[in-house]
Amino acid sequence: MQTDTDQLLRRILTDVLGLKAGQADGFTADTGLFGHLPELDSMAVAGLLTEMEDRLDIMIEDDEIDGELLETYGSLLAFAEAKRTTA
Amino acid sequence: MIPGAWPCPTSDGATADEYALCFDSGRIDRLLIVPALFDEANRLRRFTVEVMRRLDAAGIDSILPDLPGCNESPQPLDIQTPTTWRRAMGAAAEHFRATHVLGIRGGAMLTPASLPGWHYAPTKGAAILRQLFRARILASREIGISESQDSLLETGLREGLELSGFGLGAQFLEELQRLEAIDGASVIDQEMIGGGGLWLRAEPGEDRNQADALAAVLAIGIKA
Repeated sequence: MQTDTDQLLRRILTDVLGLKAGQADGFTADTGLFGHLPELDSMAVAGLLTEMEDRLDIMIEDDEIDGELLETYGSLLAFAEAKRTTA
Repeated sequence: MIPGAWPCPTSDGATADEYALCFDSGRIDRLLIVPALFDEANRLRRFTVEVMRRLDAAGIDSILPDLPGCNESPQPLDIQTPTTWRRAMGAAAEHFRATHVLGIRGGAMLTPASLPGWHYAPTKGAAILRQLFRARILASREIGISESQDSLLETGLREGLELSGFGLGAQFLEELQRLEAIDGASVIDQEMIGGGGLWLRAEPGEDRNQADALAAVLAIGIKA
């Protein structure tokens, strides 16, 4: 079952990547993000993280952002869920 | 749609010709559009012009001026400040005899307070700065350079800074970090327009439904 964070994160990626409705539903924990999606340059990643802060009501420190965090959908979701638990 | 020119006041008291994209048929209702800032201006340019085309069809003139130092502007960017941009938008409003104003995203911080109008999805200077810093931190890290929000702000306030390709002066950054939307405008938030904001897109996109919706809100408001 999708958690609230999962749904919000899929919605954010839909907006940032301009995906069609429902397309992000096909993301699994192993779906590649940064490095696999050429659209995600540093400005786009900065926008994605800022949008996550706004919509998930979390604060992300710049030193928390590394390649692994954005490697797959699963790693980004795990990070967001951990952040919301401690927020 | 034709490019028009308008006299923009410069810091040395002279004027410089700046460009504006104009749907100008000399009609009664004339909307000045203050564009989104920096990268968002590029991503929203097509959407903005699509809204202008719809307003034109609805009998409303619209004018989209360049901010000094951006697009086709002959002036350098690194001597601009939010204050010079506000002054420029005031001069454009006067030159084109605007009756209403729309500020898009960061443009909401630059709209002439004397005109009735709207702010579409307004944002604050601090939020824009944080995102520009973050993009630079990420890009620098890829080439092995470590930077932080604090160190970038300190450097920027001392000597200016290049952020996402935009060379901004110290005074610009000093003002931007405290800048907020001008009071008095009606806010059009993204929920009213539907779908995800096009400024969020990693690459420029377009959305007919969103352009229809924003143009409708503006046309109804202007004709009311």
